[in-house]
Amino acid sequence: MINKRNIIETINMIEEQNFDIRTITLGISLLDCSDTNGEKSRIKIYDKIMKYGENLVATVEKVEKEYGIPIINKRISVTPISIIAGNSNDKNYVEYARTLDRAAEEVGVDFIGGFSALVHKGETKGDNILIDSIPRSLAETNKVCSSVNLASTKSGINMNAVKKIGKTIKETAFLTKDYESIGCAKFVAFANAVEDNPFMAGAFHGVGEREVSLSVGVSGPGVIKHALEQVKGESFDILSDTIKKTAFKITRAGELVVKEVSKRMDIPFGIMDLSLAPTPEIGDSVAEILEEMGFESCGAPGTTAALAMLNDAVKKGGIMASSHVGGLSGAFIPVSEDQGMLDAVNRGSMNIEKLEAMTCVCSVGLDMIGIPGDTSEETISGIIADECAIGVINGKSTAVRVIPVWGKKVGDIAEFGGLLGRAPIMKVNKFSNNKFIERGGRIPAPVHSFKN
Amino acid sequence: MRSVVTIIGKDKVGIIAKVSEELAKNNVNILDINQTVMQEYFTMIMLVDISKCSIELVTLKKNLEKIGEEMGLSIKLQREDIFKKMHEI
Repeated sequence: MINKRNIIETINMIEEQNFDIRTITLGISLLDCSDTNGEKSRIKIYDKIMKYGENLVATVEKVEKEYGIPIINKRISVTPISIIAGNSNDKNYVEYARTLDRAAEEVGVDFIGGFSALVHKGETKGDNILIDSIPRSLAETNKVCSSVNLASTKSGINMNAVKKIGKTIKETAFLTKDYESIGCAKFVAFANAVEDNPFMAGAFHGVGEREVSLSVGVSGPGVIKHALEQVKGESFDILSDTIKKTAFKITRAGELVVKEVSKRMDIPFGIMDLSLAPTPEIGDSVAEILEEMGFESCGAPGTTAALAMLNDAVKKGGIMASSHVGGLSGAFIPVSEDQGMLDAVNRGSMNIEKLEAMTCVCSVGLDMIGIPGDTSEETISGIIADECAIGVINGKSTAVRVIPVWGKKVGDIAEFGGLLGRAPIMKVNKFSNNKFIERGGRIPAPVHSFKN
Repeated sequence: MRSVVTIIGKDKVGIIAKVSEELAKNNVNILDINQTVMQEYFTMIMLVDISKCSIELVTLKKNLEKIGEEMGLSIKLQREDIFKKMHEI
């Protein structure tokens, strides 16, 4: 007989502490779908997504029921479209986005990621057309997510593209102005983007990946917080140990579930992403975990150290639990999707500068942050450049997903709904950086990247 | 293949009878039962063999949940390996 305490613990994790598997993401390579004729290419893309994705939702839902663990999102990621569409003679790629959207709708997934370009060293013809197509593509589709990789530790920061993306984000905000500029919530600018990330908006199926694979992102901020409540007042040694053990358990559950889906669909397992991803639901917050460690409000001095320890302990526990870890793997600190973070912003203990510091020690970056609609392109490019620098120098992934909400100013609130939550408009530094952004070119790779 | 049935809620007459009847009807063998009543709250964990189950696991789960609803209890059916994987190295 199995230990009764263990059974009750697992059930409580699910029932009371919001333990769930955040996403199962099916990665599909579209490398064999390019064609000089754009229309033919899109037919191939649609057919291939349908072929592999058809049974995804039904299979996942069945496994979800058998194990009794909620699996919140089913998603698809594809090869960066700039690579596939670049072969065609098309002058814009909005039709490609529409094709992805239609396929995602048909197979019933929540999002499809991969309307992407990798331009960390420079842009190809396809990359430029794709970037120009982003605003309309995000405005005219529902499920398509887009990302651009602007920098890497090996190649430095492509400042020409950083400049361009500031403009792209503003245009996207304008085209979706009737819906709180929500298009920007489906776009992320990366440094050191990973090829196997199952989380949106930044998921794409890298060119080094196999034909198809299934990856999974577990979650469980509520579970970690509950575990920490049991060790109140204890030292950091005990704190990190408790986090490790809890991360181990939730990772094991995630791996079991994805391997079962993988077996049934006959699609190989890719990676486990060990990220702690919050949701707007009460008790599912990363900010609250940090506060549980001893802060009146998230953002108080010491919060960065707390996050660093949390991130590290989650990885240590998770690595032991899974055969293959990857993706972003670390704590996410989005603002709009985390009730605890929202409260911290409203109390005045959290601001963009503190969030930026925190991104130095966690897996992503400035995520789901509402900023004033009149923020300039250059300011947005500057924010992105700063995050790229953090990623490039520290050899880690960083990202920017800011939403300059059209017509809104500091203190207003943008309501996105669902998992995207609600974003208070946060103050940004308005001193001009125009001459800096104007320079263009590429910031060279740091000296410590030359490890060969 | 084995699964775990957990029943949690206020104690009343006939809980075990109803659940076992449903299991027997569908050719599910009960391997082990562990039960406690604490302050009127009833917690029962059953380990069952579902390899010869005559209906789909998901349907059995639904039927048990329905019995739970009728009796004001929470009844769950989950595959055993989830508990093993999470708590054993």
